[in-house]
Amino acid sequence: MSKIIKLRKGLDIKLRGEAAQQLVEVPMAQEYAVSPLDYDGVTPKMLVKVGEQVKAGTPLFFDKNNERILFCAPVSGTVSAVNRGEKRKILNVTITSDGQLTSEEFATPDLQKVSREEVIEMLLKSGLWTMIQQRPYGIIANPSDNPKAIFVSAFDSAPLAPDFNFVLKGEQKSLQKGFEVLSKLTDGGVHLSVRANAEGEMSALNGVELHTFKGKHPVGNVGVQIHHIDPMAKGDIAWTVNIQDVAIIGRLFMTGKVDMHKVIALTGSEVENPQYYKVISGAPVASIVKGNIKVQKEGDTVRYISGNVLTGANVGEHGFLTAKAHQITVIPEGDKYEMLGWAMPRFKKFSVSRSYFSWLCPSKKYRLDTNLNGGPRAFVVTGLFEEYLPMDIYPMYLFKAMIAKDIDKMENLGIYEIVEEDVALCEFVDPSKTEIQKLVRESINLMIKEC
Amino acid sequence: MGLRKLVDKIKPTFSEGGKLSFLASTFDAFETFLYVPNTTTKSGAHIRDCNDMKRTMSVVILALLPAFFFGCYWAGAQVDLTGFTAGWYGFVRILPMVAVSYIVGLGIEFAYAQIRKEEVNEGYLVTGLLIPMIMPISTPLWMVALGVAFAVIFGKEVFGGTGMNIFNPALTARVFVFFAFTPQMSGEKVWYSDWTMMGVTAEGIDAATGATALEQLSTTGEMKWSAMDAFLGFIPGSFGETSTLCILIGAAILLFTKVASWRTMFSVFAGGLALGYLFQWCGPEEWRNIPAYYHILVGGFALGAVFMATDPVTSAQTNTGKYIVGFMTGALAVLVRVVNPAYPEGMMLAILFMNALAPTIDYFVVEANIKRRKKLIKK
Repeated sequence: MSKIIKLRKGLDIKLRGEAAQQLVEVPMAQEYAVSPLDYDGVTPKMLVKVGEQVKAGTPLFFDKNNERILFCAPVSGTVSAVNRGEKRKILNVTITSDGQLTSEEFATPDLQKVSREEVIEMLLKSGLWTMIQQRPYGIIANPSDNPKAIFVSAFDSAPLAPDFNFVLKGEQKSLQKGFEVLSKLTDGGVHLSVRANAEGEMSALNGVELHTFKGKHPVGNVGVQIHHIDPMAKGDIAWTVNIQDVAIIGRLFMTGKVDMHKVIALTGSEVENPQYYKVISGAPVASIVKGNIKVQKEGDTVRYISGNVLTGANVGEHGFLTAKAHQITVIPEGDKYEMLGWAMPRFKKFSVSRSYFSWLCPSKKYRLDTNLNGGPRAFVVTGLFEEYLPMDIYPMYLFKAMIAKDIDKMENLGIYEIVEEDVALCEFVDPSKTEIQKLVRESINLMIKEC
Repeated sequence: MGLRKLVDKIKPTFSEGGKLSFLASTFDAFETFLYVPNTTTKSGAHIRDCNDMKRTMSVVILALLPAFFFGCYWAGAQVDLTGFTAGWYGFVRILPMVAVSYIVGLGIEFAYAQIRKEEVNEGYLVTGLLIPMIMPISTPLWMVALGVAFAVIFGKEVFGGTGMNIFNPALTARVFVFFAFTPQMSGEKVWYSDWTMMGVTAEGIDAATGATALEQLSTTGEMKWSAMDAFLGFIPGSFGETSTLCILIGAAILLFTKVASWRTMFSVFAGGLALGYLFQWCGPEEWRNIPAYYHILVGGFALGAVFMATDPVTSAQTNTGKYIVGFMTGALAVLVRVVNPAYPEGMMLAILFMNALAPTIDYFVVEANIKRRKKLIKK
């Protein structure tokens, strides 16, 4: 067993509505969606027309920037719509399921004999390549790159995050296969990070370099783990895959079929019975949350988040589960005025600042709403962001370089090491209410464009 | 919710297209003071910490109050009033200065916020109270007004407003008034209230006046008060600077709430004491018999260390930088006091000088981080 990497910095925001460890199977929904917006930097070009028959694993569109990257249907059925927004931008492609779940067939290769190129080809054709993310930048990996290593985090430390030991119960074989596939993709090895005292069966997996982490969120973020295992220098490329996606990749190589089933956690203070659901990727939110939301007072609304409260997407009741989400969180909207709120004790709200009283009850679970709790201001407070980013980075200086669009400085100050999720806590605690995650993505896009 | 309805009713008048839209920022400042807005998160994290700038600044103002109220009492007590009367006299005496400071300062801030179409920053709420506290009580109001205007415009707004300034605005006002009107701002009388009311007579004031502790120390090597008097604040000085005890109560509030950096604060005291001991050992003759801790008790050292050296905008922004800048501020303040006989108060200049130096110190700290990152490439 390797030594435990302990992170002192970070914050676990304790919220109400943690998922109970019971699994509910959801019946097939009518419609499923695939959205190019779930991925950064993708310009979609359609391959199918409305009305066409597709199977699970049939390509729907590809990325104009890299034509080898295909996005495939999660279920079999008929393409029902290509929804477009402003300037005809594709928002998503929906498929009316035929309920059969027939899949495109792929030959199951012998991983001992097959070449790296053939493995990549199979992942590309099945659409599962989109699960492989690249660092720096947090975009879909370029199949012609050769990464220095592949990193997988076996746990999620975000608020109300699913417990992957529970999610992946009984998936040990798929996981093992998935890791064998990943090993084929790099010469640098596959790193798997587990949480100390919650390793589950993860540490029994073969062919991975195991690391044990201990600490508060964002300790589960793969970017933070990379920083402590083998930090990203300029020019380095590493790949990351979500642990549940490793199992899906494993299933493809075991059965030759695209099986997009996954287990997600339905969480949040407004959920009647927070628990786990077995669903198919791209499922409608309504098919999962239906009848399980607490009755709201008149005038009160809730927010449906695909993902966690720090990094998820506000998809609405009629939205679809986003590709990278492994949980749905439902919290109250905070569109209410609060008289002299800044001067009040605010026992029901949470703050890391000791000018409020959260520090008195560290284990209290909160029902937090979406109010911004203030207005945007210039950066004034210093030394705060540093406490919530467990990396050797000066966040304030990096953010200022981003605001100034100074590419050299961004590079020097560590933009290659972070993506949005790593700075989400900085955004959460910021009393100046700066939109830091948005700033980071805009800066990354600038880096991609300029370099 | 009658008030909310009223605010909603008059809001269109002050919004874009309304008759009074040129007051939009001002209206927004008052509205958000009354009500935390109903804005929800649009991008990024869906939930946010309930701390904001208003809360942060309120904590600093709360921390200033002990020293402020002691200042009121002492302003009266100095001219031979006692008890509540003394406090009331001092409060009435300082009120015009506080009013001038806020009206002039906030007026300029509101105007600039309007020009930039931004929300008004809360920073001046602290500066506005701090300025009367670091002035001698008999500073003429027009001087205060000039100092405030200079500080806000040239100390802050020309750099881009709150968060962008290089020098602490309150000290910019103080240094402007001091150097522009040196004769009026020094001597013995200016430290005592010159208002004859509530039984205070001109003769009484004349009888009370005398040099500040710091001036006595630098000229004679001793002061006529005990260290305990100086610690409690019963010595002449600027309105809010005299009571080290009250300032330390404020410091406790700032440190507990982590609004001010303990790194900066402790380093300033450490730097001051270190140089104090050094001069006790091998300094000029008149300073050798003065205990090092006297430096903390007299003049503006404590107030500067707790409330101004810790200003996050103008102090160092890296943790390492905070230790260095803090220590040098304290050391420099004592150096100026001891070595420069013409002007005994070193704190103001020390903080401003270190304000100017802080970005450079931070630069080297950040540069070290960049070097560590570049080393990874060669590997």
